[in-house]
Amino acid sequence: MMDNVIFLILRRMRRPLITLVVIYAVAIIGLLTIPGRLPDGTPWRMDIFHAFYFVSFMSTTIGFGEVPHEFSDAQRIWVTLVIYVSVIGWLYSIGTLLSLLQDKAFKQALTELRFAKHIRKLSEPFYLICGYGETGGTLARDMTDRGRHVVVLDISEDAINMTKMANLRDDVPALAVDARIPQALVEAGLERDQCDGVIAVTNDSWANLKIALTAKLLNPDTPVVCRAESAEVEANMASFGTDHIIDPFETFALHLSTALQAPCLYLLQQWLSGHENEMLSEPIYPPREGQWILCGYGRFGKAVYRRLRQEGIDVVVVEAAPELTGRSEGRFIEGVGTEAVTLEQAHVAHAVGLVAGTDNDVNNLSIIMTAKALNPSLFVILRQNLAENERIAHRVGADIVMYPSSIVANRIRSLLVTPLLSQFIGLASNQDDAWACRVVSRISGVIGERAPAVWEVTIDDEQAHAVYQHIGRGHRPLLHHLLRDPRDRDQRLDCVPLLLAREQSREAMPSPDTPLRHGDQLLFTGRYRARRRMEWTLLNEHALAYAMDDASDHRTLLGRWFERLGLQ
Amino acid sequence: MNPEKVVFGFFIVLALTLNFGFFVGEFDNPEHHHVYEFFAVVVVNIIATILKFGDKTQMGAVLLATSLVAVLQLVAAAVIWTIAAHTGERVITASVMSSIVSLSGGAMLANVVSVVLLVIETVMMRR
Repeated sequence: MMDNVIFLILRRMRRPLITLVVIYAVAIIGLLTIPGRLPDGTPWRMDIFHAFYFVSFMSTTIGFGEVPHEFSDAQRIWVTLVIYVSVIGWLYSIGTLLSLLQDKAFKQALTELRFAKHIRKLSEPFYLICGYGETGGTLARDMTDRGRHVVVLDISEDAINMTKMANLRDDVPALAVDARIPQALVEAGLERDQCDGVIAVTNDSWANLKIALTAKLLNPDTPVVCRAESAEVEANMASFGTDHIIDPFETFALHLSTALQAPCLYLLQQWLSGHENEMLSEPIYPPREGQWILCGYGRFGKAVYRRLRQEGIDVVVVEAAPELTGRSEGRFIEGVGTEAVTLEQAHVAHAVGLVAGTDNDVNNLSIIMTAKALNPSLFVILRQNLAENERIAHRVGADIVMYPSSIVANRIRSLLVTPLLSQFIGLASNQDDAWACRVVSRISGVIGERAPAVWEVTIDDEQAHAVYQHIGRGHRPLLHHLLRDPRDRDQRLDCVPLLLAREQSREAMPSPDTPLRHGDQLLFTGRYRARRRMEWTLLNEHALAYAMDDASDHRTLLGRWFERLGLQ
Repeated sequence: MNPEKVVFGFFIVLALTLNFGFFVGEFDNPEHHHVYEFFAVVVVNIIATILKFGDKTQMGAVLLATSLVAVLQLVAAAVIWTIAAHTGERVITASVMSSIVSLSGGAMLANVVSVVLLVIETVMMRR
């Protein structure tokens, strides 16, 4: 890349440099040929050395005077002419050089150079995000907030500038380039070992397909997550082993129907995917009996409609442009929904709930305000489309605000960063909601009112040295030994084991009496300090021995003596 | 016919011919090597070098290298000449002249390589 930059400069500088050389040569030749006259009348001619010396300072307008002797008028006429020509020559050269530095191609080359350097210097694992839109932006923020590194590619320069403006916690290398070009992905570090995953979330499904294909061919071990908006592309992606394919509309609809049908599961998801120290949300119980109004029958609306019908909910659809979206079965009303007339046609007074699900935030807010005025007891779900509208979206009085980009981003993040968590959620959604309610109450028993920490532990020499060694020596550490406080084994740590992954089997809410084995993967949730203390038990053999041993007293003689004196 | 190629070939060949013109003559006789001719050699060689800037091909790189060698040798000769003519004794002795001419001879060799490469490239393109 640097070679290209140098060649570009050299190639463009040819003409101005030759112009300068010619001007110098002509000026020198002129000075050599025009005779001067000494004060005593004898003629003299300049030699090449002096001519070069004079032209050098004259043309750069330094001007040391007439050397070696005072000039004749003929020489002065020539020098006058040459001054102007040579100054113009210099201006031309410098101007070309400056415009070259301003040149778009040159700047792009320099940016790519800096980007490549940045990528080379990355020594920690990173995720490659292609497409910095609403989803990509949310994902980049979530990842960096959790201490993960990301690299961002986007086809538009503006989007890349947004990464600089977004004030992310990490220094994120970003490049404006078409990610469909394999070379671009390679430059962004696709083939490096540190590349922990490729996330294709551009708004073009075919571009995502191309990115996934490239990633799978060039680095088969890297997990690839793709956004796809049509079944055709999804099938295509699945055909070459794309690890996760995410349909934003289906994901959103699933999320929404979870909120309606399984409030506890919904709450569990919200809690486990919450930001560090975020205030926990309260459980919400949407009305299930009665008629719902769905505003917007686009791609989102259709997915939501299918879900609601599957759940057996009575839905009235309101859509402004049925000629574009088609009509739903059942009751269908034409109109935006922002005006009272349309909503009254949809019997808003008798409805129990409303989903403001158009792709226009202003319309959605307006729909909710109108509907609330007509029926204050209505349960309202708002679809928020743009991150910038967050402030007003939370003020309008909606019972649930859903930001699809964030839902998709959360899902992608949990798939890549905490795969056990997404497996746990998968298991949980197969259970009935009462099961989820029990889990929620167990978790709420150990945490306060802030979002809990979620962490994974693998029983290996790296993450759980003590446990690993103990098992190797034939001991039988049980899961509940890890849950004991290493400072006082009679106390329980404020955490709950959620999942045990052993080879192919997955056990949700494993029993505390489960013996641990090499290679076990565990998912916990709980307070942050519980996580730190658990690391003691995991890594320190004495702490683990203390936690495992119920009878013996590991305190020292001196310690016991102090205790007797009542000093401890 | 590409006018750019004409100019390119012209300067490369001119660099060689002028260099040859300066080189021929009695080796250490200042009478046989004129300073104006030397000036022309230096200027044309610099122009030929600049013309070779920015060519990414292997051939372009070698051409540029030969030209840089020629310019380096000629500049060294020019410095010797200037120092000899303007400092100390202010005369061009036979020994000074012979070193100037031998440096220009080296430059000529580089220019010969340059022209040979140019001819080879042209012949390759014909095929």
